[in-house]
Amino acid sequence: MEYSNLITKLLEGNTRAAARLITIVENDIDAAETIINSIFRNTGNAYILGITGAPGSGKSTFISNLTDIFIEQEKNVGIICVDPTSPITGGALLGDRIRMKQHFNLDRVFIRSMANRGQLGGLARATEDVIKILDAYGCDVIIVETVGVGQSEVDIFKSAETVILLLVPGLGDDIQAIKAGIMEITDIFVVNKMDFPGADRKVAEISQMLELNSSFKYQSDQLRDEYSKLVAWTPEIVKVNSKTGENFKELLEIIKKHTKFLEDTGIISNYLKNRIKSETLQILKHKLQKKVEDLINSNQKDIEQYINKVIEKSLDPYSMADLIIKMLGIEK
Amino acid sequence: MTENRKIKVLVCKPGLDGHDRGAKVIARALRDAGMEVIYTGIHQTPDDIVNTIIQEDPDAVMLSMLSGSHNAICPVIMQKLKEQNIDDVLVAVGGIIPNEDKPFLEQHGLKGFHGPGTDLKTIVEFVQNNLKR
Repeated sequence: MEYSNLITKLLEGNTRAAARLITIVENDIDAAETIINSIFRNTGNAYILGITGAPGSGKSTFISNLTDIFIEQEKNVGIICVDPTSPITGGALLGDRIRMKQHFNLDRVFIRSMANRGQLGGLARATEDVIKILDAYGCDVIIVETVGVGQSEVDIFKSAETVILLLVPGLGDDIQAIKAGIMEITDIFVVNKMDFPGADRKVAEISQMLELNSSFKYQSDQLRDEYSKLVAWTPEIVKVNSKTGENFKELLEIIKKHTKFLEDTGIISNYLKNRIKSETLQILKHKLQKKVEDLINSNQKDIEQYINKVIEKSLDPYSMADLIIKMLGIEK
Repeated sequence: MTENRKIKVLVCKPGLDGHDRGAKVIARALRDAGMEVIYTGIHQTPDDIVNTIIQEDPDAVMLSMLSGSHNAICPVIMQKLKEQNIDDVLVAVGGIIPNEDKPFLEQHGLKGFHGPGTDLKTIVEFVQNNLKR
């Protein structure tokens, strides 16, 4: 097989093979399929930690500090930093490495920057695949840094066992805290830049928001199943200073508590099932979309006729979509 | 390939040189040309740079040097790349590179040598036309 040499080296822990395979899965979705297919058995050992937060909330500096602690514990750390792609030119400036300290023990830390290539949700299409490659490469902990997020980039919730949301003092009031979206998928709230005024107020706002959560917790069995990871766990709040490393020991204890909770309650297996479900759905979407695009490209004439019919009002867009589905050979 | 391959470029400033406006302008120009640009910041040692090249797997590396230490640092970077058997990455150096130093740097496999006032289009085309893979 085309990539077997690289894959053999990857499984031996070869850094360059890992880097090259990541490049391949980023650029070529068919190749990604082949590669993941042959390394999949060697995945599932890494603990995946998602770090999300607004632009400038200090995600990269925070990760740099956290990584130091994982290195002290002799863990191999993989870091995936996602930054946005320009919607206008398709280019990207990936600047997360600047904040990652250079004295990282080179053998223990693998940092990779990724552009999101227009994918919504805070991650790149290939992020899941890159996680698997780093997992097979031998990382014990994989830290995934999302793009600087707003309120609704919540994909990290599906990829990571523990989601940490970084907040900073002075941004938004208590109303922001009760809005839907990112605040709901967070396992650990970190108030970064604790030396800034307003840090305690931020902590108070989050804890008030969390108290209100109890009513949501018992809504329905279905909700309880799909989101059991969120429902049974009461998120913790910790304030830290990523420049000095203050309170990082406490943070680490909370991370441990969360992993232990996932295991003790058996929720981890639920989480895995949901993760597989959503990942497969994502892959299906890509594959079906590709099929539809190919079909449309090779049947321009028919499509043109349909479009004209829609313009003449003898066909509506829903019925046109059904006709295309029929062309695909799928029952409506 | 199913998707268009993106050109990935590493822009960095080796050594004790803090003047990074030029590097940022280059990074921005390459970004605007549709490339994925990693900017590592200032004060990079040859080991830092080679380590980043190994992990990020870029197609091109642009070294920005205004400090006059290019003859000392660039050959070290090239040597370390050779030790790692990395031979498919374009390595260019620009900034303040006197004409008389170019043959020496060229011998070590470096390219580019774009100085102040170079049209950004020239640099974008240089990257596009000199990739090794």
